[in-house]
Amino acid sequence: MDDSTGAMRDLGPAIQTEGLTRRFGDNLAVDQLNFEVHPGEVFGLLGHNGAGKTTTIRLLNGVLGASKGQARVLGFEPVRQGAELRRQTGVLTENPSLDENLTARENLSIYADLYGVEVEDVTRRVSALLERFELSDRADDKVGTYSKGMKQRLALARALIHQPALLFLDEPTSGLDPVAALEVRELIVQLSRKEGRTVILCTHNLVEAQRLCDRVIVLEHGKMLALGTPSELGAELIGRQAVEFELSPDTLALALNTLEGITDPAEIEPDGDRLKVAGIERQQIPELIAQLAAVGARIYTVTTQEPSLEDIYFALHQKSATTEKEAS
Amino acid sequence: MNWRAIRALMRKDLLAVRRSRIVMLPLIILPLILIVLFPAGLGLASRLLPEALASEVSDLQQLLDALPPSVRSDLVGLSAADSVMIAMLVYLFAPMYLIVPMMVSAVIAADSFVGERERKTLEALLHTPLTNTEMLLAKMLSSWMAALAVTFGTFILYSLVVNLVGWQAMGGPFFPNLTWFLLVFWVAPAVAGFGLAVTVLISSRVKTFQEASQLSGIVVLPIVILLVAQLSGAFFLGPAITFALGAVVWVIDAGLLWFGVKTFRREELLARL
Repeated sequence: MDDSTGAMRDLGPAIQTEGLTRRFGDNLAVDQLNFEVHPGEVFGLLGHNGAGKTTTIRLLNGVLGASKGQARVLGFEPVRQGAELRRQTGVLTENPSLDENLTARENLSIYADLYGVEVEDVTRRVSALLERFELSDRADDKVGTYSKGMKQRLALARALIHQPALLFLDEPTSGLDPVAALEVRELIVQLSRKEGRTVILCTHNLVEAQRLCDRVIVLEHGKMLALGTPSELGAELIGRQAVEFELSPDTLALALNTLEGITDPAEIEPDGDRLKVAGIERQQIPELIAQLAAVGARIYTVTTQEPSLEDIYFALHQKSATTEKEAS
Repeated sequence: MNWRAIRALMRKDLLAVRRSRIVMLPLIILPLILIVLFPAGLGLASRLLPEALASEVSDLQQLLDALPPSVRSDLVGLSAADSVMIAMLVYLFAPMYLIVPMMVSAVIAADSFVGERERKTLEALLHTPLTNTEMLLAKMLSSWMAALAVTFGTFILYSLVVNLVGWQAMGGPFFPNLTWFLLVFWVAPAVAGFGLAVTVLISSRVKTFQEASQLSGIVVLPIVILLVAQLSGAFFLGPAITFALGAVVWVIDAGLLWFGVKTFRREELLARL
């Protein structure tokens, strides 16, 4: 696989949406989305099932038209210039969407033709992808005989057959065993960090999103709940964090007494020669360290524990539920 | 128009059909019954049970009388049983033969969108650079070409069987005639086009292959009407009428194709995923 990632139309955002909305009858599947995705970024679309993630991908790839608002993807208008746009995007759909009566080689070569890969490159590129995804041994077997992990790897290979600049990956590790899921995550890192491709990652696996995504957008009922890096969202939504002090055992009691005097005692959790204090604001941390030092507590390490994406996600949904309840 | 992509989708569809038992079975069984078993059975009956077949002639006399004089002159000198056999195989059976292209194209076309949806392969296809028109055209062309291949193949087979069973009566090869050439190379491609156009229009709007197959069964109705008309003597498929019939069906096909291209939308398929 070479490093070419397809020609970008301009050097602006890879994706830009303004008020992007899609309605199915009375149901608003996507509601007024405004966001930008930078080239080379791994951008997470997070949300429960039915939050509007897949519809957003369809809108961005010109498979569905917007009811209102607009989007530009790689400089193209998705519906009006859909064919041109889709030549530069690769999609891994939530279901692998492979022809199970065809072999892996047939699946890949047919899609190479559909995506307009140069005729003389097809055989070489198909073989290279089969090799890269460790499917060469079974390349001429019908896909129906493959395991779920093999099908997912093949679907990923198919999404890459034309070396797209932008990849839409809808639940790429769903249903995979931990080893296969790890392989897919490593591949996503490689595609983005080493090959410079922009990746839109649709997932409800928050651990995966935290590991892979530069920024995330959280959706609920098609609406954007939040947008930013996981740490930005954590600071904005949760504000408080946990701090863990590793102390000399002979000054542990002294440190505990001091901390109980300046923080909520219920938030302090002793653990061996460590004291974990939850619910701390970032600006309080230097003051706590200074106070402990002042009473003679000997501190070996201070570890801050930022809120995980999971904490943020649930805080967002809780906030949204409270707002809805208040409104009704 | 991206012809390479169109050819790729056709290849994918034809491979899928070739490897699908549920689609291949009706494509083999019906032509086998119509093209081999039926004429062979009639030929055997005229050889082995001539009296039994001849006893039916009085009932069929009205039917034979309805044949044009040029056709009746072909039957002069034949035994009663042979007259019935030749009249059936060469003249009266002609409209029924059109069921082959109609049904083959309808079955493959039903599989084209609905089958793809059932196999959960449609979404990846919708995300490819194919335009709506290219996608529709590829689906139609794959069904049409498969229908033509089966039609021409079964025509060769039918010609062999009819000549074999009628050899003794006619004293040598006598089939096909001009009407059959027109029927196979002019009308059958148009009929295949009609069957697939109607079915693709249906199959992009229903959810299951069976639903699409059942609904597309209505396309056989005009052929049944043609057959009844011919048997009742109201209508006879000579060369001129066969040519005119083909022209009418081609015009209908053009209209259906235009309508299909105008109304086909990716979104409608997605709504049913």
